[in-house]
Amino acid sequence: MIIFDVVDRAGNLQKVEVPEEINLNLMEVLKASEYPILATCGGMALCATCQVEVAQGLENLPSPTDVELDMLDQLPKATPQSRLACQIKINENLNGAVFHLAAE
Amino acid sequence: MITTDICIIGAGPVGLFSVFEAGLLKMRCHLVDVLPQIGGQLSEIYPKKPIYDIPGFPEIKAEELIENLYQQILPFKPTFSLGERVDKLSRTEDGGFLLTTSDQTEIKAKVIVIAGGLGCFEPRKPELQRLEHFEGKGVVYMVKDPEKFRGKKLIIAGGGDSALDWSIYLTEIAEQVTLVHRNESFRGAPDSTEKVFDLAKAGRLNLLLNSNLHALNGNGVLKSVDIMNKQGELKKVEADYMIPLFGLSPKLGPISEWGLNIDKNAIEVNTFDYSTNVPGIFAIGDINTYPGKLKLILCGFHEAALMAQSAFKFVYPNQKLSFKYTTVNGVNAF
Ligand SMILES: Cc1cc2nc3c(=O)[nH]c(=O)nc-3n(C[C@H](O)[C@H](O)[C@H](O)COP(=O)(O)OP(=O)(O)OC[C@H]3O[C@@H](n4cnc5c(N)ncnc54)[C@H](O)[C@@H]3O)c2cc1C
Ligand code: FES
Repeated sequence: MIIFDVVDRAGNLQKVEVPEEINLNLMEVLKASEYPILATCGGMALCATCQVEVAQGLENLPSPTDVELDMLDQLPKATPQSRLACQIKINENLNGAVFHLAAE
Repeated sequence: MITTDICIIGAGPVGLFSVFEAGLLKMRCHLVDVLPQIGGQLSEIYPKKPIYDIPGFPEIKAEELIENLYQQILPFKPTFSLGERVDKLSRTEDGGFLLTTSDQTEIKAKVIVIAGGLGCFEPRKPELQRLEHFEGKGVVYMVKDPEKFRGKKLIIAGGGDSALDWSIYLTEIAEQVTLVHRNESFRGAPDSTEKVFDLAKAGRLNLLLNSNLHALNGNGVLKSVDIMNKQGELKKVEADYMIPLFGLSPKLGPISEWGLNIDKNAIEVNTFDYSTNVPGIFAIGDINTYPGKLKLILCGFHEAALMAQSAFKFVYPNQKLSFKYTTVNGVNAF
């Protein structure tokens, strides 16, 4: 199991457990866990509605690709901890990470 | 006052195709969209992406589909109010509707078709105290009329192409332009980036990199903006206008205030004809919801065809509708 924490917009923390061999990205897992993420663009790094702040474990994630950086660079509320959940593949790098859903 | 048979709110693919289906039944349409261009999500979010599930097109770029739809509806002479948001919807005494836009344009129609997609595209806003207080009083999110900025001091914020392009354009018009960007470089078009750095070197553009908007100052109207760099140093920059350009994102907006049954940001409809709980108002495309709903362009097209059959009864209450293929009569332009 891969286990990480998700903090919703109201500040509630919940552990999320995902099987290791799952072939999904973080946005898909958050949606499947009923978090209110619009994911308007379906995971193409084009809408930023899946923005998360990585409070812990950022250093374990692969760096953002160009498409993700292009989007993050345009957003008013992005910080160096901001990522797009749809661009984060679920794998063991995520163990112990803490993700905050960004404000809508 | 604009008078029409059907007023379509939203000029995305589904709103556009509705003009065709309505036109076949001799109903005229006027379209309103808050975006300055037609095409909805396809033009605003993914114009260059290929779409693979439009029947009859193994592959078509989003912007090409919109251009094709536009050509297809031209014979029915649709009229447009672009760059305007529909704010109010009320009933008229003769049983029709009156719409009022953000620019106070009034539109009288017998039928309303809401093809509003995911809602109104609205600017992403920076997190600043008293931002609302200064909206329209120095803070603007769109450059509608560049002349308004002649001889003024401007601050533009953002790192995308529109921030770069407007900064370049407005240095010609404004007294002073300051461009504020969070990072130390730009990821926009290389040409524009180079131009911006050249203008900064020549002293014609005040470029503040690694910096964020921090606070707005002014008594009633904007006077200056505090800008903080990565080291935490504050700088006060005088400004008549601040233009945050962080892209657009859809929000349901005024549609929620029109007395329609809404479930999770979508309008509930009867799948017989995609009518809403208010007779004479239909909702099609991404904006509606019903059991089994799929947010796909092709589903929106189907909904438009069924909607038009029922809308006919409101526009021509005394006429009988007989179903005809386009192959029988062709497209009879207005
Ligand atoms: C990245 C991406 C990829 C996609 N790929 C596909 C695909 O491959 N195949 C597919 O079928 N679908 C795809 N979709 C979904 C498709 O784009 C939507 O289903 C489609 O755009 C819906 O069309 P629409 O006309 O209902 O709404 P929209 O395209 O959302 O247009 C609605 C318009 O209404 C306007 N509006 C709303 N409220 C108001 C108001 N009060 N006043 C004025 N204007 C208003 C909005 O500004 C907007 O322009 C994709 C979507 C995205 C984001
Ligand atoms: S889902 Fe649109 S950017 Fe991630």
